[in-house]
Amino acid sequence: MSEPRSTKIMNRFDLTRRLVGKLVHEEAVVAGIGNTNFDLWAAGRRKQNFYMLGSMGLAVPIALGVAPAQRRRQIVALEGDGSLLMQLGALATVAMLRPKNLTIVVMDNRIYQITGGQPTATAFAADVAAIARGTGLSQSNWAVDEEDFERLVERALDEDGPWLIAARIDGAPATATTERDPAQIRDRFMRGLGVRA
Amino acid sequence: MDGPWYEIMREMLKLNDVRLVTYVPDNVLRPLIDGLSGDPFFTAFGTTREEEALGIVAGAWMGGMRGVVLMQTSGFATLANVLASLAVPFQIPVLMVVSERGTLGEFNLGQALVCRTMRPILDAIGIESHTITRLDELAFIADRSIKQAVATQSSAALILSPLLTGGKVFAQ
Repeated sequence: MSEPRSTKIMNRFDLTRRLVGKLVHEEAVVAGIGNTNFDLWAAGRRKQNFYMLGSMGLAVPIALGVAPAQRRRQIVALEGDGSLLMQLGALATVAMLRPKNLTIVVMDNRIYQITGGQPTATAFAADVAAIARGTGLSQSNWAVDEEDFERLVERALDEDGPWLIAARIDGAPATATTERDPAQIRDRFMRGLGVRA
Repeated sequence: MDGPWYEIMREMLKLNDVRLVTYVPDNVLRPLIDGLSGDPFFTAFGTTREEEALGIVAGAWMGGMRGVVLMQTSGFATLANVLASLAVPFQIPVLMVVSERGTLGEFNLGQALVCRTMRPILDAIGIESHTITRLDELAFIADRSIKQAVATQSSAALILSPLLTGGKVFAQ
């Protein structure tokens, strides 16, 4: 489904808070770099959050790796449009493997926000949900407004995936900055998943 | 341990509970990929890029499942950024098996050049690597390297020399 004309331009921090509010079963979240990551941090401390500090584009692959290791847990990959475009092949791999417990959430502001607001390809013709559907991810949707976003998240957490939810967001900067201690981030995440006591 | 190199490698992965196998295909690795894909102990699949394969194995390890990335030399050359920004600083033991191209009879200049970037990258970011040339040393090096990677939470690269695998031969 291509982006509907009526798609509302929403706010990343608001949507991230709505997403986190739905995570009541210790779901894992893997956040890509930049403002997506920062707003997840700002939305509350969760031990099941993993924050990348580089490796742009790898949020979906990392989440795709957590999925078979944690089959009874729902896994969310949180990405921006620029990062997703860098590793589009990963969507095809997700569609090939079809993990039931994986949801990809894409915050699309049509810019490389953290590097000065240069336009991404989604500012021109690229449509995130349509690309995903083209790789075989049939359950890919644009959220038309905040309530629709919440409904899509609820459905993704409740029914078999993989799912992709795309949201148009404004250019508001992130509300905080993630702590940059990679070993601690990784260790806390592993404890949050019950891999370590 | 007897058998061809790819059977010994498969046994060493199994011995160390390395279950997830991600790869970008390579002709020299084909018998290993075929063996792992046909063994129900393993979950093996191809990815579109080596970076993606590394990300998947990193995520699996954090989720409690050990994995390995199989690739060719030129594929390794695409990994410097994600090794330096994900595997090494986060102390995630990513195990890599690299079939070495670009030496001992290479016929493609580009492959010969990219091969020369591999060891300097590994050395610069402090990733231990072993070049395996002899069949009788394969089991020891593979088994010990996997155990050390897990115990020290450090990535490791096992480079399979043409001396071990036969490598890729110039098509007349």
